[in-house]
Amino acid sequence: MNLLNKFKDPELCLNILDQIKSEIQGEFRFMEVCGTHTVAIFQSGIRTLLPESIIHVSGPGCPVCVTHDREIASYLALAEKDLILATFGDLIKVPGPGGKNLKAAQAEGARIKIVYSAFDALKLALDHPQDKVVFLGVGFETTAPTVAATIKMAAEQGVRNFSVLSFHKLVPPALKALAADRDIQVDGLLLPGHVSTIIGLEPYRFLAEEYQVPSVIGGFEPLDILQAILIMIKQKNKGRPEVVNNYKRVVPDQGNAKAIETMYEVFRPADALWRGLGIIPGSGLAVAQRYEQFDAALVFDQELPQVDEIPGCKCGEVLKGLISPDQCPLFSTRCTPANPVGPCMVSTEGSCAAYHKYRL
Amino acid sequence: MPERIILDYGSGGKASQRLIKNLFMKHFANPGLNRMDDAALILDLQGPLSMSTDTFTVDPVFFPGGDIGSLAVHGTVNDVAMLGAVPKYISCAFILEEGLVMDDLERIVQSMARASSHAGVQIITGDTKVVPRGAVDKIFINTTGIGLVVADPAPSGHRAEPGDAILISGSMGDHGLAILSHRQGIAFETDVLSDSQALNHLILRLIREVGDIHVLRDPTRGGLATTLNEIAQQSDLEFIIDQELIPIKEAVEGGCSFLGLDPLYLANEGKFICILPESLATKALDIMRNDPAGQDAAFIGRVAEGRNGKVVLKTALGGHRLLDMLEGEQLPRIC
Ligand code: SF4
Repeated sequence: MNLLNKFKDPELCLNILDQIKSEIQGEFRFMEVCGTHTVAIFQSGIRTLLPESIIHVSGPGCPVCVTHDREIASYLALAEKDLILATFGDLIKVPGPGGKNLKAAQAEGARIKIVYSAFDALKLALDHPQDKVVFLGVGFETTAPTVAATIKMAAEQGVRNFSVLSFHKLVPPALKALAADRDIQVDGLLLPGHVSTIIGLEPYRFLAEEYQVPSVIGGFEPLDILQAILIMIKQKNKGRPEVVNNYKRVVPDQGNAKAIETMYEVFRPADALWRGLGIIPGSGLAVAQRYEQFDAALVFDQELPQVDEIPGCKCGEVLKGLISPDQCPLFSTRCTPANPVGPCMVSTEGSCAAYHKYRL
Repeated sequence: MPERIILDYGSGGKASQRLIKNLFMKHFANPGLNRMDDAALILDLQGPLSMSTDTFTVDPVFFPGGDIGSLAVHGTVNDVAMLGAVPKYISCAFILEEGLVMDDLERIVQSMARASSHAGVQIITGDTKVVPRGAVDKIFINTTGIGLVVADPAPSGHRAEPGDAILISGSMGDHGLAILSHRQGIAFETDVLSDSQALNHLILRLIREVGDIHVLRDPTRGGLATTLNEIAQQSDLEFIIDQELIPIKEAVEGGCSFLGLDPLYLANEGKFICILPESLATKALDIMRNDPAGQDAAFIGRVAEGRNGKVVLKTALGGHRLLDMLEGEQLPRIC
């Protein structure tokens, strides 16, 4: 059995599940921060196997879902200019205010190119020297360092037709905002695996120390998730909340110093607008002055337009774990993957999409 | 300089004649086509017929395990066969982009000739158009196929019954991943090959030797998940699929997890779903596994009454979830 299969092994998983059942006392509400976890929990069927007293809520951890309407409106406006907009595939269907998305913009003639990495976007710029190429920088700490490295490379090579519209967001400040919100009661946080590979364990310490929330960095295989749940329950029972790295095979406690260094060389912390959570100070990354010729917001004089909220959409409450997706009045009726009203229904990692797609 | 397709080749004049004679007739030669009339005369087909048409556009045109030419033959041959039919004749129409390299076209035509001879079908009529550069992407091919239905009654998506077994003829996702990974220039250590192949011979054996096949369907675009949903809806029954029993190659699994794709939604071009009474399942599987086109055939689930029109997946852990249809294209993820 290869290593990964071991983390899927039904017998090992059922064993942990038994331990969870014997440990649980009363109700336990846990939130997973990361959309990949949301999907993994549904895909593996874990949700249907957990005891009913374990309440699972999805958090804000899908970069597409937390992209604010004003940011979407901004990149849609940018796409109409004379340039090539390079983006990850996830964003292509996300509806902006008025329901328009990049797919529709493309059909109307906007030049949009799906890429798999920021480097591909830079390559696109090198291959099309006559065109301006803008990379749409949406993502957390997982993606921001490679985007930063790409900007550095563009600077070193003296590339003039490449820039990045940075809507990157940082996870710990958002967790702080959630933990500080008295309406949001969770007994445990399943911390994101991918983001943690970059930032390590340290930035989460405040969760246990200041807010007494048991928190576990977990992988995405069923065994990883079940183990994380068990650890959180045990911590709660003991009344000794900690931040635990249970994904050591991928996540070093100290994170990836080189990646962080590159990230903060090219970007600087800035206030950012989160869907559902509003403005969170220091939770975004803007292009640093030294690299400002690669800042699409400056190059194209791009501001965040004011927009009306989408009527009826409860994405904000879903992202905060205040309601489950099926409690949104539009869920699976007016809002479906074919006709999404909010990004939580579009993104492959969105909780509304996961509910719609997997829930029996 | 390689010779390229120019607009003259679609003119209908001498240049077109040359292209037809030196390329298509050379490779496709058969009595029906050789007559060179406006239409093909078919004398030997009587009784219920199965007919299907499909247009093929694929990027890249040559991919690991096949090319647009073989794909255009296999795709239509398989569709005709899924009605429980023996495919006999196909037509093919080309839309060529000005500038297409002649050698590439010849490779494609040769590949079509090989694929049709292997499938035992004849290309008996066709058409060629050349359009200005940029109007199409290199080459589009339409094929229409016709065949003789030999299963009685013909299999249909409506005919699934509670208690039926659901079989698939091999591993899922090979074609889709082969195309996607090469389109994006991501080659994996173990190269994934497209499964593009003709299924008609194997299907004929199943019809003759097993009989009473309720449903045959090839899970092409949208993959296994979408196709199962279509059939579940057509027959208004619940399908319960056991995830662990679905064969997926390790390289496909690995590539998919890297790109954030689900192999159950990836296209297959050489596999089929077969639904039949459970008592016949073992026999059908034996026949499939003894055929080069069905070596990895597997029993993957059952038809039941319950959540009608829905497909439920029993996961490896024993949990359950919905296996929904694919909505639009599958796109790789951000993180
Ligand atoms: S169901 Fe749709 S409208 Fe409701 S919260 Fe989710 S994405 Fe927003």
